[in-house]
Amino acid sequence: MPEVLAMDFAEEIETEPAIVLEDLVFARGGRRLVDRLSMTLGPAGVTALMGPNGAGKSLTLRLIAGLIEPDRGQVRFAGGDPAPQEMALVFQKPVLLRRSVRANLDHALKTYGVPRRERAGRLAELLALGQLESLAERPARVLSGGEQQRVAMVRALVAGPRYLLLDEPTVSLDPQATAAIEALVSRAVADGARVILVTHDRGQAQRLADDIRFLHKGRLVEAASAARFFRAPQSAEARAYLAGELLL
Amino acid sequence: MQDFGAAFVEAFALIVNFDAQLAEIIGLSLRVTLSAVVIACVIGLPLGALLAVTRFPGRGLVVAVISGLMGLPPVVVGLGVYLLLSSAGPLGVLQLLYTPTAMIIAQAILVTPIVAALTRQVIDDLHIEYDELLRSLGSSRMETVATLLWDARYSLLTAALAGLGRAFAEVGAVMIVGGNINHVTRVMTTAIALETSKGALALALGLGIILVCLSVLINAGLMGLRRTAERMAYA
Repeated sequence: MPEVLAMDFAEEIETEPAIVLEDLVFARGGRRLVDRLSMTLGPAGVTALMGPNGAGKSLTLRLIAGLIEPDRGQVRFAGGDPAPQEMALVFQKPVLLRRSVRANLDHALKTYGVPRRERAGRLAELLALGQLESLAERPARVLSGGEQQRVAMVRALVAGPRYLLLDEPTVSLDPQATAAIEALVSRAVADGARVILVTHDRGQAQRLADDIRFLHKGRLVEAASAARFFRAPQSAEARAYLAGELLL
Repeated sequence: MQDFGAAFVEAFALIVNFDAQLAEIIGLSLRVTLSAVVIACVIGLPLGALLAVTRFPGRGLVVAVISGLMGLPPVVVGLGVYLLLSSAGPLGVLQLLYTPTAMIIAQAILVTPIVAALTRQVIDDLHIEYDELLRSLGSSRMETVATLLWDARYSLLTAALAGLGRAFAEVGAVMIVGGNINHVTRVMTTAIALETSKGALALALGLGIILVCLSVLINAGLMGLRRTAERMAYA
């Protein structure tokens, strides 16, 4: 399977990589779900991992987050492994504690070691950031899907992460809720977060992503700037995917 | 049948008049049982949660043993505690045999595996849901246990209730280590056994009615609390 690396993008990322994935292999049940995956991610912006179901996008995100260990290969970060508060992950289905919105955010602050006296002020800022003030005392798990994902996004931004990993964060949300999440992503990017976004939403990738990594069957098939990827995909797999054809 | 009828009438009279002897026995029963359940929860809740979140060689065996200990025969526990606390035993110097403390120890030993095993099951389920989140936040093992215990607190009432039921109904162990001494270690279950054997059915029936009512009331109260709290706040 040919791997395509568009030249304009290759020159850009060779300058100062923030994350390097080296020959990652993750297998289960005798099948390689991530297969000799190597990629280099530059220091800023948003990278979208795209590809059909089963391409290994979410697994790659978890490998980067260190939630699962590769069978082979490694993930390297510029400046060494990030501290927990430097990397945040937002899941497709928000995982919220059985507590109020405020208590969910406070739990993250507390886990990151923010002193009690500083937490109240920080909580007010975070609630304002997510426009969650009116929901602060509501149990998080009874909110709507969009509200829950907003809470999860704001929680991810609690410590101003260097790396923000998003696993299809708007997959089942309406356009308004999606826009709210995307606004928070843009805000995180403006604050300096390096974002890796798994998405099937072509429009979202075009709105948010600077570059695209297209995966198929656990392998990197194409890497290109977002503009180039959507204008002129180089690989047959990416062309078929963008044309809505079933990739086998 | 007439005797039984008279015994019931007398039993209700004892309850309505709040008989002093009856009150003393009920008070000691509550003290012993609730103390044992509190101790069992202090040990069993974190133990069960730790078992749910940790993986180590032999964990399956430990889980199986704790689950098996849920069915510990009370008389065997009573005998074990008796041997420990008797004057010739390793803890004989403490002179706890035939005291309420000995009864609390015996009941705590009986109830702790119940609380721990049920806690492990509850926390196991919640841990599957929270695992990636808590690891991505960098939670330590103790922080993870604390978070899971707090978020499962209403579900864990069931574990405490199961322990409470076991302790309330228990007679063999407290009889052996307490001795059923009047005004010292006589609790509802041992008093019922004694009064029945003496043919004094009124007190036995009165205690039995109160035992059942207390058990139902406490269970209903805690279950109601759990449901209300879950419905109103943390579904």
